[in-house]
Amino acid sequence: MKLQILGTGCAKCNALTMATEKAAQTLGLQYELEKITDLNRIMAFGVMMTPALVVDGKVKVSGKVPSVDELKKLLA
Amino acid sequence: MRQGPPVGLVAVLAGKPGWRKHLLWGCAGLVCWWLIYRSLAPFAMWFTYSLCGLAKESHLGTAVEFFVFESPKVLLLLTLIVFGVGIVRSFFTPERTRRILSGRRESVGNVLAALLGIVTPFCSCSAVPLFIGFVTTGVPLGVTFSFLVSAPMVNEVALVLLFGLFGWKVAGLYLVTGLIIAIFSGWVIGRLRMEKHVEDWVYATKTGEAGLEEKLDWPARIRAGWEAVKNIVGRVWFYVLIGIAVGAGIHGYVPENFMASIMGKSAWWSVPLAVLLGVPMYSNAAGIIPVVQALLGKGAALGTVLAFMMSVIALSLPEAIILRKVLKPRLIATFFGVVALGIMLVGHLFNWIM
Repeated sequence: MKLQILGTGCAKCNALTMATEKAAQTLGLQYELEKITDLNRIMAFGVMMTPALVVDGKVKVSGKVPSVDELKKLLA
Repeated sequence: MRQGPPVGLVAVLAGKPGWRKHLLWGCAGLVCWWLIYRSLAPFAMWFTYSLCGLAKESHLGTAVEFFVFESPKVLLLLTLIVFGVGIVRSFFTPERTRRILSGRRESVGNVLAALLGIVTPFCSCSAVPLFIGFVTTGVPLGVTFSFLVSAPMVNEVALVLLFGLFGWKVAGLYLVTGLIIAIFSGWVIGRLRMEKHVEDWVYATKTGEAGLEEKLDWPARIRAGWEAVKNIVGRVWFYVLIGIAVGAGIHGYVPENFMASIMGKSAWWSVPLAVLLGVPMYSNAAGIIPVVQALLGKGAALGTVLAFMMSVIALSLPEAIILRKVLKPRLIATFFGVVALGIMLVGHLFNWIM
C-alpha cells in the first residue's frame, strides 16, 4: 500500500504523518510512506487544503488531521 | 422569548431515533450554556467586590470585574459559534467553491467569491495551494483575490463577537463593509490586469481533480463542529485572554475620553494611522475584539476602531510572506495597497456619518 502525505511542512502535516503511520502499524499493513512537499506535485492531486493523505493514488483526506481510529477505517 | 423547536420539526424528527437523541443533547447543552452565560455578570460582581473585597469604582476593581466578566463570556460565545460554523462549513469545501467560481465573469464573480469566502473553510496556511488551484482552473485573478480578502476578514468569529458585544448594527456594518472591500479590491486587481505579476511557474502548474466527495451524515457533521472547537478555541483562547487583559487595563486605568484625542473623530489622520498600526499586528478576530471594545468605551471613534480591526485581521505580514511564493512583489504591494485603501475609506465613511 502506498501512502503519500501532501503538505508544505506545517505542524499539521507532521501530525497527519504520525497519525497515519500509527494507524497503518496497528493494522499491520505493508506500506510505503512518502512525504510530498513540492507544490507542483501537490497541485497535481488537486489538493487545495493541506495536509492531505493520498492512498494508492487516491486523495482520502484533505485539510484536516483525522484521529487514528478514523484513519484506520480509511486504510482498512 | 419562548425557547424550543417548532412543533413541525419535532414531528419530523420524532421518526428517527438517532435524530431525537442529538436534538435532546443539543437542547440540553444550549440550556446549560444559556444558564452559565446569564450568571456571568452577577458572578463577576460577587467575585470582584465580595470575594476579593475591592472597592467599587476603583481602577483595580473595574479592571478585575471587566476581566472576570469578559473572559468566560467571550470564550462561551466563541465556543458556541465555532461549533455552529464548523457544522455549516462541513457543507462547503474549497473544491465546491472553485467549481462555482470557475469561469465566472468578473463583477458577478467578485460578489460570489466574497460571499463564499465567509462559509468556505480557509486557513492562511493553505493560501498558496488554494491560490494556485483557483487561478489554474479558470477562476479570474481578481475573483480569486475577492475570496482571499473576504475569507479571513469577514469571518464568523468576528461577526458573532461583534454581535454579542456591540449589537447587530455594528456586526451588520462590519459584514457589509467587509464584503464591499473584498469585492472592490478584487475588482480593482482584476481591472489592473496583473496576471503577469503572478510568479511564472504558477500558471504552468497542472492542477488535478481531487475527486474527494465525502458523504457526511449528521453525527459526522456534529463531530466536525467539535473538531472546529478543539482546533480554533484551543488555538486562540490564550490570545483572547491577553486581548481581554489589555482591554481590562484600558477599561480600568485609561481615563474616560482619553482616546477621543488620538482616536476620535476630529483627528483625520487617526484612520490611516490605525490601518498602518494594524498591519504588523497579527491577531485573530477573537483576540482583537476585547481591545476594540475597550477603545470604543474610552471615546475612540467607531470608524477608526473598525479600520484598526479590519487591518489587523485582513492584512498581515505572515500572509504576505506566504503569498510571496506565488506573487511578485508588485502584486503583493498592490493587494495590500488596495485593501488598505478600502479599509481607510470605510473608516472615514463611518466617522463621517456616525
